[in-house]
Amino acid sequence: MIARPAVSPSDIQRVVAQTTVALEVRNVVKRFGRETTKGQPFWKRSVRKPPEMTVAVDHISLSVRRGEIFGLLGANGSGKSTLIRLISTLLIPDSGEIYVFGYDVQREERTVRRLINRVSVEASFFKKLSALENLMYAARLYDLPGTYARQRSITILRSLGLSEKRLYEPLEHMSRGMQQKVAIARGLLTSPVLLLLDEPTTGLDPHSKHDVQRFILRMREEHDTTVFLTTHDMDEADRLCDRIAIIDNGRIVALDTPQGLKSSLGAGSKNGSATMEDVFMALTGKSLDDDFESSDDFESGDGNEATITGDCS
Amino acid sequence: MTTISERRGGVLGRELRGAYAFIERNANLIKRYWAWELVWLAYSIVNALSITFIGRASGEITGVAIAPEQINMFILFLLVGTLVWHYLSVVFDLISESIQWERWEGTIEYTFMAPVSRLTHLFGQAAFAVLFAVVHTAIILAVVSAFFRIDLSRADFGAMLVVLIAGSTSFIGLGMFAAILPLLSPEKGLQMTNIIKAIVLLVSGVYYPVSVLPEWLQPLAYISPATYMLDGIRAALLEGASVGTLWSGRVLPLLLTGLLTIPTGLLAFMRAERYAKATGRLKRNG
Repeated sequence: MIARPAVSPSDIQRVVAQTTVALEVRNVVKRFGRETTKGQPFWKRSVRKPPEMTVAVDHISLSVRRGEIFGLLGANGSGKSTLIRLISTLLIPDSGEIYVFGYDVQREERTVRRLINRVSVEASFFKKLSALENLMYAARLYDLPGTYARQRSITILRSLGLSEKRLYEPLEHMSRGMQQKVAIARGLLTSPVLLLLDEPTTGLDPHSKHDVQRFILRMREEHDTTVFLTTHDMDEADRLCDRIAIIDNGRIVALDTPQGLKSSLGAGSKNGSATMEDVFMALTGKSLDDDFESSDDFESGDGNEATITGDCS
Repeated sequence: MTTISERRGGVLGRELRGAYAFIERNANLIKRYWAWELVWLAYSIVNALSITFIGRASGEITGVAIAPEQINMFILFLLVGTLVWHYLSVVFDLISESIQWERWEGTIEYTFMAPVSRLTHLFGQAAFAVLFAVVHTAIILAVVSAFFRIDLSRADFGAMLVVLIAGSTSFIGLGMFAAILPLLSPEKGLQMTNIIKAIVLLVSGVYYPVSVLPEWLQPLAYISPATYMLDGIRAALLEGASVGTLWSGRVLPLLLTGLLTIPTGLLAFMRAERYAKATGRLKRNG
């Protein structure tokens, strides 16, 4: 794919409207830690035992269609958040390429940033500031007019079940669930064409979770938003996602529609009708609640080979 | 579809609005921490007074009768030093602390993935820092003036302002360099920025002429922008030196230093950001 220089917001908008592939990840690798210093000059050699190199993302390739809700399922430390950070321009891959609506995340990172937004599991805010002040800060960074941003903030928070008066409260006075809703509002405020959701409903009560899930579906229907979602919630993945990839040790071990994944296991399951949890267990040998030795959600990369059930593109 | 739309002002308008995001955010944070800001202001006033009283006590300390005009001159020398140093410290601290603050709140990833250039980001921080430092320093000056008979009848305030602006550019650049440290080390980075400040304080003649420094230390005074700034402001306020007089010896070196430190500070910051992204250091909150 040839990278194009971004000229203006309207040019970007035109390119986005003509592109059918929202996200393309090509053979991406991300390692953390240092290689062994053996064989290097003595002044570069570490006196301590060098930390083990972890392969957080191990030759991942996938493609997400425009308007698709794409789920990434994996245990803690499997590389989900690292992949989202790579797409978000917050990490630089060691090798491979990532394109968002045809724009290279490394060479055209500013253009990519205009197209994406991210909601992570931690609701990170200036906690002393009110929800509105935090949202206005985000809005100004994305060059949204103040009055528009304010009105849209109110609309989104209402849709998520928060009243307008919450806008004026400092974040530090809000519960974890409320803060997460404001974080989701921040992600949606800029109407991203690619929304990266990193376990967005973790910590929310069932009602709030439902509000958020409904809003994600509405974003897709009304704004043609493509959603890349990582989650621990099997039901959520099953209900929301058009396709699901299962990641283990930094590798995609399966990619298909929820139905396709379940069907591939259907005959072998206990009662003939497999759940997503069965699929996950069968492919990874792990439970989603398991925690694996990891460093900042990075997992050692000497993973097992697995069968890819679907076409990754 | 996305709401990406073209607003008035083109690229420059967009960047200025982006810079305003940082100014407004910082102003909101100051507003929320107003009680702590008052404590900090009170401390700064007490500090300025303590240093300036040394001037009034010069006769008693040395046991030599000193003419009131000379005491007044000494008081002004110290007062200018303490105010300029306060101003520079606030500018430097606010720029260098910006990264640490974001790390502490955990918002750094959101700021770094926003579609604003790093120049705009740091320019917004610097603009707020300068505005805040001017207000802070003016309040200190107003309070300290109530304690001392300050004779500024010969002062050229226009020249002082020119030197202040020229000097600020250098410190904005130095602040950008200092902001790299918390980017690379969440735990120790901010403490390390104090080393830069301490060296500048030592060699720049804030409270004494640089001529009293040991010879081997004096070359550092000549490369410190604070030396030229203090010298220029003292000349403008105490001797009434004009912009023309100060231009080649004080203003120009400061502008040239700013022209050097701002682009190199920005480039260094961007390289550090790239390194942090390559090694996964952005994520760690400290």
